Amino acid sequence: MQFVTITSPHTDRPNSVTVTMLWVIIALVPGAAAMTWYFGWGIVIHMLLASAAAVAAEALVLRLRGRPVVPAVSDLSAVVTALLLAIALPPLLPWWLTVLGIVFAIVVAKHLYGGIGYNPFNPAMIGYVLLLVSYPVEMTTWLPPIMLNQHPLDLMQTMNAIFGGTLPPGLDWDALSMATPLDEMRNQLNQNKMISEIRRSPLWGDFGGLGWEWVGNWYLLGGLILLYKRIISWHIPVAMLGSVLFMAMLFHFLDQESHPFGLFHIFSGGTLLGAFFIATDPVSAATTRKGQLIYGTCIGLITYVIRRWGGYPDAVAFAVLLMNMAAPTIDYYTQPRVFGERSAGDD
Amino acid sequence: MYYPSQKKPPRTLYKFPGGLHLPDNKAQSTTESTVRAALPGKLVLPIHQHIGAPSQIAVQVGDRVLKGELIANPQGRISAAVHAPSSGTVCAVAEHAVPHPSGLPALCVVIETDGQDAWGELPPAIDDFEHCEPGLLLERIRASGIVGMGGAAFPTSVKLEPENSRRIDTLVINGAECEPYITCDDMLMRERPAEIVAGIAVMKRLTGAANCLIGIEDNKPEAIAAMTRAVEQQGVADIELVVIPTLYPSGGERQLIRVLTGKEVPSGGFPAHIGVVCNNVGTAKAVADAVLLGRPLISRYITLTGEGVANPCNLEVLIGTRSNELIAQAGGYTGREQRLIMGGPMMGFTLHADNVPIVKASNCLLAASAREAPNPGPATACIRCGMCAEVCPVSLLPQQMYWHARAKDLEKTQEYHLFDCIECGCCSHVCPAHIPLVQYFRFAKNESWDQERERKSAELARRRHEAKLARLALLEAEKIARAQKKKAALARSKPANRETDAGSDPKKAAIEAALKRAAEKKARLAQQGVKPQNTDNLTDAQRRQIQQADTRREQLTDNVVSDDSAQTGASKDS
Ligand code: SF4
Ligand code: SF4
Repeated sequence: MQFVTITSPHTDRPNSVTVTMLWVIIALVPGAAAMTWYFGWGIVIHMLLASAAAVAAEALVLRLRGRPVVPAVSDLSAVVTALLLAIALPPLLPWWLTVLGIVFAIVVAKHLYGGIGYNPFNPAMIGYVLLLVSYPVEMTTWLPPIMLNQHPLDLMQTMNAIFGGTLPPGLDWDALSMATPLDEMRNQLNQNKMISEIRRSPLWGDFGGLGWEWVGNWYLLGGLILLYKRIISWHIPVAMLGSVLFMAMLFHFLDQESHPFGLFHIFSGGTLLGAFFIATDPVSAATTRKGQLIYGTCIGLITYVIRRWGGYPDAVAFAVLLMNMAAPTIDYYTQPRVFGERSAGDD
Repeated sequence: MYYPSQKKPPRTLYKFPGGLHLPDNKAQSTTESTVRAALPGKLVLPIHQHIGAPSQIAVQVGDRVLKGELIANPQGRISAAVHAPSSGTVCAVAEHAVPHPSGLPALCVVIETDGQDAWGELPPAIDDFEHCEPGLLLERIRASGIVGMGGAAFPTSVKLEPENSRRIDTLVINGAECEPYITCDDMLMRERPAEIVAGIAVMKRLTGAANCLIGIEDNKPEAIAAMTRAVEQQGVADIELVVIPTLYPSGGERQLIRVLTGKEVPSGGFPAHIGVVCNNVGTAKAVADAVLLGRPLISRYITLTGEGVANPCNLEVLIGTRSNELIAQAGGYTGREQRLIMGGPMMGFTLHADNVPIVKASNCLLAASAREAPNPGPATACIRCGMCAEVCPVSLLPQQMYWHARAKDLEKTQEYHLFDCIECGCCSHVCPAHIPLVQYFRFAKNESWDQERERKSAELARRRHEAKLARLALLEAEKIARAQKKKAALARSKPANRETDAGSDPKKAAIEAALKRAAEKKARLAQQGVKPQNTDNLTDAQRRQIQQADTRREQLTDNVVSDDSAQTGASKDS
């Protein structure tokens, strides 16, 4: 009797990239739902649009590269990239900017570097930064959260705004739009206002912007799902959130009137989304445990520094990209002590 | 769950990095007690079933042999004898399929059994082993052909030999049996605990170890109970049975030592370096048979399991019985068999065909169905998720080793401690990209050894060539010198002749140059410390070191080449 010969282990593999990516998508659902609740249909539209564009772009590139299309596309990694980019985009961003961002992310940031596993930078963040740098106005034109929004748009009106650039009669962009809390805080501080003064405005909730602050909780929930499913480890999120909190608290206590309370930074902007979903992207992050702590800590530090002293209201994307560059070096210098190897501290 | 009654507080257990909780799939093959397999018509005995030099065949075709009679002698220190498992006639000495991952046939002695199963003359039992010369005991173990039965098949006598420079304080007995599906050690501990404990006592005497720890995973309550009783009954001092948590690969030699003692075997070193010797329970039983009954190693317990086997079970089989006959005794195939694996699912290797004989190290035949061992499908790119590093029991970075192995950058793989990899398969198992990581690591190890060998043989060739040149130069110089002498003698007999004198000058120069060249070459060779000339002046310690290095190399080579460890590591639980 003849048998097939295959090398060990001979087991049913419990993990697959597709399942891993699927869990990331599932974990994004609470955050995405919350965003939709607060900011309307635009979030959903951008997610669908970006996903479709991502899959199409990936299929096209794979075909051009002469690689099998179906197995690579079905790993869902392009969809994850698309969702992560879309969720960070302003709800009424013109459709072609979304497409531009995601196509650039997939084609340049992912496939020009060799495809999944080879990209040194987080593709979603590359797409985001490209848009932010090239179209700063569009990228910072946010909607107010539902409780502050006097003219919530319905699905059709949102579609018209995104795809046609037209608003319902009687509305204009200025009336509709509103800066993000990070942006607002920054602008106000730049006008030398005091925090106690700034916070008197009805825009603010307990920690951050009204509405905004609660979205972070749902990302946190998603992050806990990922931790529970062991798709990510705690090292990067804890290090990143810890260092943001530490910096924010430190400066808050040094000068309470020009530095908002630490939790403001945690619950504003992309901090929680970044900590659980973006900084933890395995391909571009550090992989050793010690390295992940360093990597996460640095992302937190850079985020705070740019928010406080840099030219942009939020900085998670920049911080992640900067640290992506450092990840291989960090990994190299933080190799774990091999079992049976003596290290200096050994008895 | 049964835990042994312990007077002392429970021992502190230690952790090794990583590890996996795997479905153990052991219940299938432990429903019935072990039976002896039927006497096969033919026994196929590979003469190289162990780590070390192949043994030398001591019989000829046509010879009649009795059960227990020697058929192949060990060659050199690291080698093992082979005995006839039953009486009969040697019908062939030829190549036969053997259980080896390469699938290549190897030299075997084939015995046609006569059905009488008649014992030959056995050496006398050594009942009073406590007062017996250690040398005598070792010689008995060596003559009985005992090798590590956990999978590594390293000659046991070598492992137990007391080295004057090293003190062994702990004897670790491996009853962990951490691989899924395999239950032969479990059954052996349930059914033969007294013999195991007797063997342990012999090994304890030989190593001079003050402590003995028997490690058994907590998923084997019956074995734990039986062994506890046996230890209590035999009243051997300082044997402690320790129940350890079930976690693959806690039965790896280094992992078990860590769990029980907290010590780490140094990378590239042996357990003896930290005062520990580790042996498998099956080996202990074989030692007891050899010392207390005079019987050589001719049979073993083996597990037949998997969804491809009708009645999963354990059998006590004669070494040399062919796998297909055993499968038939286990009810035959079910039709669902996809792969036939020698060893367990994590570290076993697939057999090309089922006519290979059972060897001393075979612990399991697993006929896995497509459900149990589905084809993982094509590998995709590494997403650097780090899951492999998280489960690695050696704290390696498999993703980095993979990266460099793929790029054939062997030096880099070694920087990432390729040679500390025990090929446990944890990394491949969890990899979401289904990359056959272990396969890459085996490949990289083999390539490294090949390169090393090539480098060595090139070096040797270079030295030989230089020595030859030097010899030729010397010869030439002598010839010229002789000729010159003749000429000089001739010249003396004749009056001085200016012309010839002038003519001899360049010749003289040539001679001198040749002599000088030869001397230089000699000096250079001496400077390089050409080994063969220096081995005579080695101290004992140096000689031992060389030997150890050779053993290590051999052990490593064999381990990967044969990769037959159903469990772990270079000298894994032999
Ligand atoms: S588990 Fe597989 S995909 Fe993940 S880092 Fe290791 S090799 Fe890469
Ligand atoms: S096979 Fe080697 S690298 Fe992989 S987990 Fe086991 S020891 Fe680590």
